[in-house]
Amino acid sequence: MHKPFHAWNDEQVDRIISTILRNGVAVAALVVLVGGILYLLRYGTTPPDYRVFRGEPADLRSVSGIIRDVLSFRRRGVIQFGLLLLIATPVVRVAFSVLAFALQRDRTYVIVTLIVFAVLIYSLIGGGL
Amino acid sequence: MNVFEFTLLIWLGSVVAGFLGSLTGLGGGVVIIPLLTLVFGADIRYAIGASLVSVIATSSGAAVAYVKEGFSNIRIGMFLEMATTLGALAGAALAARISTTLIAVIFGMVLIYSAYLSSRPERNQSNDEPPDPLAMRLRMGASYPTPEGPMTYHIHALPAGFSVMFVAGSLSGLLGIGSGAVKVLAMDQVMRIPFKVSTTTSNFMIGVTAAASAGVYLNRGYIDPGLAMPVMLGVLLGSLSGTRILVGAKTRLLRIIFGVVILVLGIEMIYNGLTGRF
Repeated sequence: MHKPFHAWNDEQVDRIISTILRNGVAVAALVVLVGGILYLLRYGTTPPDYRVFRGEPADLRSVSGIIRDVLSFRRRGVIQFGLLLLIATPVVRVAFSVLAFALQRDRTYVIVTLIVFAVLIYSLIGGGL
Repeated sequence: MNVFEFTLLIWLGSVVAGFLGSLTGLGGGVVIIPLLTLVFGADIRYAIGASLVSVIATSSGAAVAYVKEGFSNIRIGMFLEMATTLGALAGAALAARISTTLIAVIFGMVLIYSAYLSSRPERNQSNDEPPDPLAMRLRMGASYPTPEGPMTYHIHALPAGFSVMFVAGSLSGLLGIGSGAVKVLAMDQVMRIPFKVSTTTSNFMIGVTAAASAGVYLNRGYIDPGLAMPVMLGVLLGSLSGTRILVGAKTRLLRIIFGVVILVLGIEMIYNGLTGRF
């Protein structure tokens, strides 16, 4: 079987994936921590209120809203951005797998991985569930 | 109690939950939701959102340790992720349409079942039956390192395993847990993949599965930054310390203790659900 010299073997793919995951989690945790400290400095002495479910305000629900919040340095928005980075980490991992299988010319698994990727994007964009 | 004390207590609870969850292999999510709802009185929808986020953190954070060992199988994992992610979407869609009482009761039953699973010994299955032809075509068989050299294995009953994986994904999306126990059940018991390969591949899949429903929950406003922050940071710290210690540790007794805790929490969730406290 002819293999392009660029293709990674499975072990290398595993290693790159673990690097993606580790760095994604580390960056996300750092952003959440910074946002958390800012949040506690501002709201630390107020009473917590999670007994009654109201749902988050619109800006904390969508990718675009969260990014707008971060750009205007809203504290809860910074935490939410960190959480968004965390949710995006497995998505990036799957996107990388598409590339890796494509380089291995493994058509079946490119399709399999694209299906998983599509489900993740659909969920994140909020396809009306 | 103010937000600062509340956050600190939840963080501490999450560290312990993450630590025990990774030592016993049951994951932190199963304890986080009872902790947030029964102890801290949070609405179960906020609890599910926070737990899901912590599940992604744990799965991705622990992957580094597992990859070094060379057990996980990305082909099996990716193929089965089609089932778990679609299941997760179905579960998340269902969560918005059924009452929180019913969610609490289902959660309790899953806890009790997990306690039962954790009480059974890991068994070594015989591998003499012919492998699944579809799995052969998809080149899922592989080998894993043992002290006696690489050991090859094959996959059995792929369609049945795929179906169980859909259920695992639905539970994950409905309840905000990793449902690692059901994933391992599908691979280890149904598809008869070696236990070590099953657990590490399951860990890889948990993050992708949880991400599929986390997007839906984010859009629906279930993920509260103030609550998810201490849970995510706590569970991550706890589970990473747990993974460090795990190598070679005797965990039989710990599994039994944790199993009992989960059993009690399960009964408590069902009781509180049925008495209308959710």
